[in-house]
Amino acid sequence: MNIHVLLKMVPDVVEELEIAADGKSLAPESLRMILSESDGHALEEALLLKERYGGQVTVLALDSPELDDVLFTSLAKGADRAVKVTGVETGLTSRRAARILSQVIAATDGLMPADLLLTGTQAIDDLDGLVGPLVAHFLRLPFVAIVVQVGVDAATGTATVVKEYPGGVRGEFEVRLPAVLGIQAAEKPPRYVPVAKVRAVAKSRRIESLPAPSQLEPPLVEVLQMMKPEVAGHAEMLEGPVEKISEKVCEILAERGLV
Amino acid sequence: MGSPMTGSQSTLPELTLDNLFEFAEGRKVLTCIQCGMCAGTCPYGEVMDYPPRRIIGMLRAGMLEKVFTSDSLLNCVACYACMAKCPRDIQLTEVLLPLVKEQVFLRLPEIPAELHKALENTLRYGNPTGESPRKRAAWVKTAGVPMRILAEDPRPVDVLWFVECQNSYHPRGQDISRATARIFYVLGIDFAILGNEEKCAGECARLVGETGLFDTLTDYNLALFRNYRFNRIVTSGAHAHDAFKYQYAALGFNYPVEHVTPFFARYVDRLKPFLKRKLSYAVSYHDSCCLGRHNGFYEEPRMLLNAIPGIKLVEMPHNRMNAICCGGGGGGMWLDTYYKAKGYERLSERRVKEAFSTGADVLAISCPYEVSRFEDALKVLGYDKRMVVRDVVELLAEALEV
Amino acid sequence: MAGNIWVLTEQWRGEVSEITYEVLALGSEVAAALGVKLEAVLLGHKVKSLVARLGKADAVLYVDHAALAEPTAEAQSAALAQLIKEKQPRSVLIPLTNVTLGVGTLIAAQLELPGVNFCKDLRVVDGRLQAHCVLYGGKMEVLVTGLREPAILGISPGTRPAEKGQEAGTPVIEEVAVALPEVPSVRFKKYIEPEAGGVDITKQDVLVAVGRGIQTQDNVALAEELAEALGGAVCGSRPVIDQGWLPLSRQVGKSGAIVKPKLYLAAGISGAPEHVEGMKNAALIIAINMDPDAPIFNLAHYGIAGDALEILPALTEEVRRTSKKKAG
Repeated sequence: MNIHVLLKMVPDVVEELEIAADGKSLAPESLRMILSESDGHALEEALLLKERYGGQVTVLALDSPELDDVLFTSLAKGADRAVKVTGVETGLTSRRAARILSQVIAATDGLMPADLLLTGTQAIDDLDGLVGPLVAHFLRLPFVAIVVQVGVDAATGTATVVKEYPGGVRGEFEVRLPAVLGIQAAEKPPRYVPVAKVRAVAKSRRIESLPAPSQLEPPLVEVLQMMKPEVAGHAEMLEGPVEKISEKVCEILAERGLV
Repeated sequence: MGSPMTGSQSTLPELTLDNLFEFAEGRKVLTCIQCGMCAGTCPYGEVMDYPPRRIIGMLRAGMLEKVFTSDSLLNCVACYACMAKCPRDIQLTEVLLPLVKEQVFLRLPEIPAELHKALENTLRYGNPTGESPRKRAAWVKTAGVPMRILAEDPRPVDVLWFVECQNSYHPRGQDISRATARIFYVLGIDFAILGNEEKCAGECARLVGETGLFDTLTDYNLALFRNYRFNRIVTSGAHAHDAFKYQYAALGFNYPVEHVTPFFARYVDRLKPFLKRKLSYAVSYHDSCCLGRHNGFYEEPRMLLNAIPGIKLVEMPHNRMNAICCGGGGGGMWLDTYYKAKGYERLSERRVKEAFSTGADVLAISCPYEVSRFEDALKVLGYDKRMVVRDVVELLAEALEV
Repeated sequence: MAGNIWVLTEQWRGEVSEITYEVLALGSEVAAALGVKLEAVLLGHKVKSLVARLGKADAVLYVDHAALAEPTAEAQSAALAQLIKEKQPRSVLIPLTNVTLGVGTLIAAQLELPGVNFCKDLRVVDGRLQAHCVLYGGKMEVLVTGLREPAILGISPGTRPAEKGQEAGTPVIEEVAVALPEVPSVRFKKYIEPEAGGVDITKQDVLVAVGRGIQTQDNVALAEELAEALGGAVCGSRPVIDQGWLPLSRQVGKSGAIVKPKLYLAAGISGAPEHVEGMKNAALIIAINMDPDAPIFNLAHYGIAGDALEILPALTEEVRRTSKKKAG
């Protein structure tokens, strides 16, 4: 099985985000980038599929600060190839990122055909679209979102996937391969890899670099302004020693007949 | 001021399980008489498939692969009890067990979720709780005494106070840090902290087998220390103390290192005139594993407590070398869910029951892990209205009348 | 038909979802501001009766096709794309849910139109539509506009009260035929229902909810004690369910249950949008979190910036004491 995992780095919200001088983007000084959470699940799902069915896992991403660590970690976890696309401007939207990735995948020997392309179902910076369906469209492949389980039938060239619906309901779909899947959660939590392994990989393995295509479509969405969320309302904060707070809460509940 | 470091990487070959017997320490392992003191004294000895005694036996028989593929060593909380009791003086907790645990760690198909998160956070954010490094020195605003942060004021300083993760981020740890700052100030010590540049010393990562993480943090810390000039390091972290004193020293890091408790104890006569407020508490002091068994600092914390007017010391039956670990070392801090799932008693609860039986009002501690672990245990056991946990430094600060 | 505001009806298993009404309310405001009509698009198979629910719209475009019986992004986007090409609306509003995820992006890509996600509000400025969107899990907001029309706008839950989008009435129905592939490359097979039995959290008056902030599985017991004292049940945010601390049936949020209890007490829950979606309409929300800046405090009626592990047991004791006093 030939599986590609599309990874994206997003702003790490553990750090305070600040607005840049242009008023429309994030200030780079306070910014740290982290792997999009569901992309981590996509990678784990790919590794589980490789363990189950054999084959090769390639991780691909557009160049970004802190990306190399993520790619080496992916290799240390069991991916076979790591490819980064260089020469991309920072702050690219999801649409343009997906377009670049798709062009690179289509144009590079040895990247197609693939059986499965996995990516996280959604990222926190997907303002102008989700990478999964965009790549599916550009590569003319079928797409299923919010996937939590994948089974592959090589004989029929199909995968059976489980998708999450509201209310705890799940839906089972059959999709013809090759296909793009938006992974919500891998069947197991993303594995840990000892730092020593990552350090060893960083010394012994290479990340392949491919240049981004120079032609880019003009953007279709314009950011007019970026602002910090205005707090529409705020809770009345109860303060004091724990006993006093508990008494106050009971009063509030009693007023409403809840206690 | 400040002696230059002799180089960040040792030129000596590293001791591994493969070359073990080429080193004196490794050959000592061969002198094990299989007496079982280690297994007998281990707080989780009954539930360990491979206590140190068996590990040494299997090492000598070439059967270590079995140990490597077992998760038994996740039960080791690096309390140094086995090492302290070994009649052959084999450096179990310090040397042999970490080597074995490193191999276990590489082979574990899955590590418990809490531990996984703590290690990932430590690598990325320099602290196990995953808080922003930019908030590490936030507590300094409420320190109440003038504080110097080296990044802002890099002049040479006498004492580099390495605060440690828990005491930077945890609310109770911050209480302890504020108290510590006050004592430094009252003693007139010239001190400074690294502030937001400070990252975990990684000793517990090393003790659980994540040596790669320890190495990464060591690289960072050694490079950071090189930016500043100081005479010595005083740290609130008992595990950090061990990392600097033993591991870093082996890499050529030659600064004197002390933990705050024995450090302040050396100044007890200078401190006494300020300890005017009478604290009429019966206090039971819990010997932390690193300070106690590993480094022998049993009397120093007691000396400090005795210097506080009104305090009456009561000893637990298991004290000094026999103290029962709080369960936080060696990764134990992040394995409570895992131990609970296996049905083990929490060591912190075992210890708190003993403390409570002394009738003391205060359980005094000196390692940053202990305050939250023992406070949790007091709550779970329902003793929290009748006994409190205080760091020795908190009691000193409470007794201050400046 | 050209230049109107469209709302894609989220129709699933024979029901029109609440968020559809929210988006109809929003769409109606936008349409009025632009001086155009509001049209609802209903895609499905043999669901014409649902048109009656869409009274808020001036007209309904109804597409009936076997391939639309169970929603796949492929079929929905193919159908909607054809409609858009034919009718040229001014803008298309798509409620963002698990059912529709990906549809907006696919259409925007297929037709080379602007697609925008996470809209929490829309406004008309100088005759142009601007979208107010939430990014980075709620940490920043942006004002954006599309550089072509129609813009395909993904609307997050909670933009308008659902009641404002519910109106009795019989809108004009236009049935439109579309061509969809005979053999879809994504084929629906079956639904997997959640385990039956146990507690139905959607029917509880009191819910004590736990999140990552309670730190370990043991501490769920603290919430259970409080829930018991209050005569309610325990539920949790996604991370707690993912860790296996509570079963799937107790999950509140985007992929779980939508609840509207009289009391929702959130302990150690930060207030991420996916969770908030599931409980924002609770009558009384009390939140406990160590972080005074946690987003949950913007939603809760009362907040306690503190350690849930301390407060839950204290609260349980006080509740028991108060109940005893009342009974005794």
